[in-house]
Amino acid sequence: MLFLKNILCNFFSQVRSIFFVFINIFNKRETVMYPEEKTKLFPRYRGRIVLTQDENGNDRCVACNLCASVCPSSCIILQQDKDNNGRSYPKFFKIDFSRCIFCGLCEEACPTAAIQLLPDFELSDYRRQDLIYEKEDLIISNQGKYLDYDFYSVSGVKLKNKNLCKNSKHVNNVDTKKILP
Amino acid sequence: MNILLNFISTFFLIILVTILGAFLSIFERKILAILQNRCGPNRVGWFGSMQIFADVIKIFFKEDWIPPFSKKFIFFISPVISFCISLFMFFIIPFYNKCNILNINNIGVLFFLMLASLSIYSIILSGLSSNNKYSLLGSIRAISQTITYEIFLGISLMSIIIKSNSYNINDIIISQKHMWNVIPQFLNFLVFLIASLAVCHRHPFDQPESEQEISDGYHIEYSGMKFGMFFISQYISIFSVSAFISCIFFGGYLGINNFPIACLILKTLILVFLFILIRASIPRPRYDKIISFGWKFCFPISLLNLFSTAFFVLIYN
Ligand code: SF4
Ligand code: SF4
Repeated sequence: MLFLKNILCNFFSQVRSIFFVFINIFNKRETVMYPEEKTKLFPRYRGRIVLTQDENGNDRCVACNLCASVCPSSCIILQQDKDNNGRSYPKFFKIDFSRCIFCGLCEEACPTAAIQLLPDFELSDYRRQDLIYEKEDLIISNQGKYLDYDFYSVSGVKLKNKNLCKNSKHVNNVDTKKILP
Repeated sequence: MNILLNFISTFFLIILVTILGAFLSIFERKILAILQNRCGPNRVGWFGSMQIFADVIKIFFKEDWIPPFSKKFIFFISPVISFCISLFMFFIIPFYNKCNILNINNIGVLFFLMLASLSIYSIILSGLSSNNKYSLLGSIRAISQTITYEIFLGISLMSIIIKSNSYNINDIIISQKHMWNVIPQFLNFLVFLIASLAVCHRHPFDQPESEQEISDGYHIEYSGMKFGMFFISQYISIFSVSAFISCIFFGGYLGINNFPIACLILKTLILVFLFILIRASIPRPRYDKIISFGWKFCFPISLLNLFSTAFFVLIYN
């Protein structure tokens, strides 16, 4: 008897699942017709990478190479250089988007919040060489996602030009022995 | 003259069935998409209706590669065998009274059984000749599945034959004038449907192919037109098996008096839809479970059905 009941139950469960799949005909389609209809992406979506600048228009990047060394696909390459104030900046900065896996580790590693990932995924191109973005392609003239953060207010090297730091919140003398921030 | 006419109509039907089989692949993708809340192919042509031409062009221009480690001749003929057998299955279907292409009226059902058993050969041959462990696994599974379903496929057909007292498909259809066979023989219909799913290697009985485990099984080494032949032959066999079911259980061309062909086509299309619906909803069981299901469940049910049918036929006659 139990055997028969089992068989009937299983049979009806199969028929029920077939029926529920059939009902889907009348439901709304889930597909977003992409090129005609854009999807809504969230601000933390990891897409195209940009290099941001601070509010004075200086590069935030200090060419520390942390992003290049953390990058699992080794697609960042950059060269450090020093400006007149003794601060370093990247002489060139290249990201190979044909190899980038958009993991966002570079953004996590960056101490100055210079490198950031935007919710823009429409990067496709016909030639692979065009996917290597130079510094001019990467740089944007605002602060991106992290507005108020300024690396030089918590750390950095001594400025040679004392006038520069008067009207900015840059600290001139960072006590490197102090534990508290 | 008559022979020429016959030849032309047969040729026309072969072309038609092949095109239908090709279209069914798109039809299936579309229906599967609709059942899964997607849209399906809708870019090429009007709502994706031209997708088939894109697919055919692609398959024609694919490199037709014969692996150097294969047994060339067998490798070459097994898709042809598969294609021909699935095409032959269509010829025994009567479109209206006494009109079927292959005039083997007295052994129609037996011819179907023969083709269902023969269709395994193309799979065995392709699996063996490919010299690839996945295709060998696929054909081993196909064999084990065949010795399972073949038995209850035959037995469930037997009770229909007892009921209508003829091997002739036309007679079987005419015997359903008052009531379709599906009503008195409902259990039998279920068993036969399961067996015919296995004949066409459809989900959930697509053991020989099972993309997820053995990556397309017996036709993994095939490409280009040879793969296309396997592909189309599967769809043609869906068509012919559904037409056969509609003849055996749903009264074939009976129904609306003046449009026998339309009746048959409608029933066939509904059954094809059922095949696709089953594919969309039921996952594939493990292959030893299919074998035990076949032997321990379908086989006794079809035997029981056979005996009870024979009993009732004896009592009433
Ligand atoms: S997102 Fe990941 S892969 Fe891309 S550049 Fe940054 S670290 Fe490298
Ligand atoms: S981690 Fe940030 S600051 Fe360092 S090199 Fe990369 S982008 Fe520049």
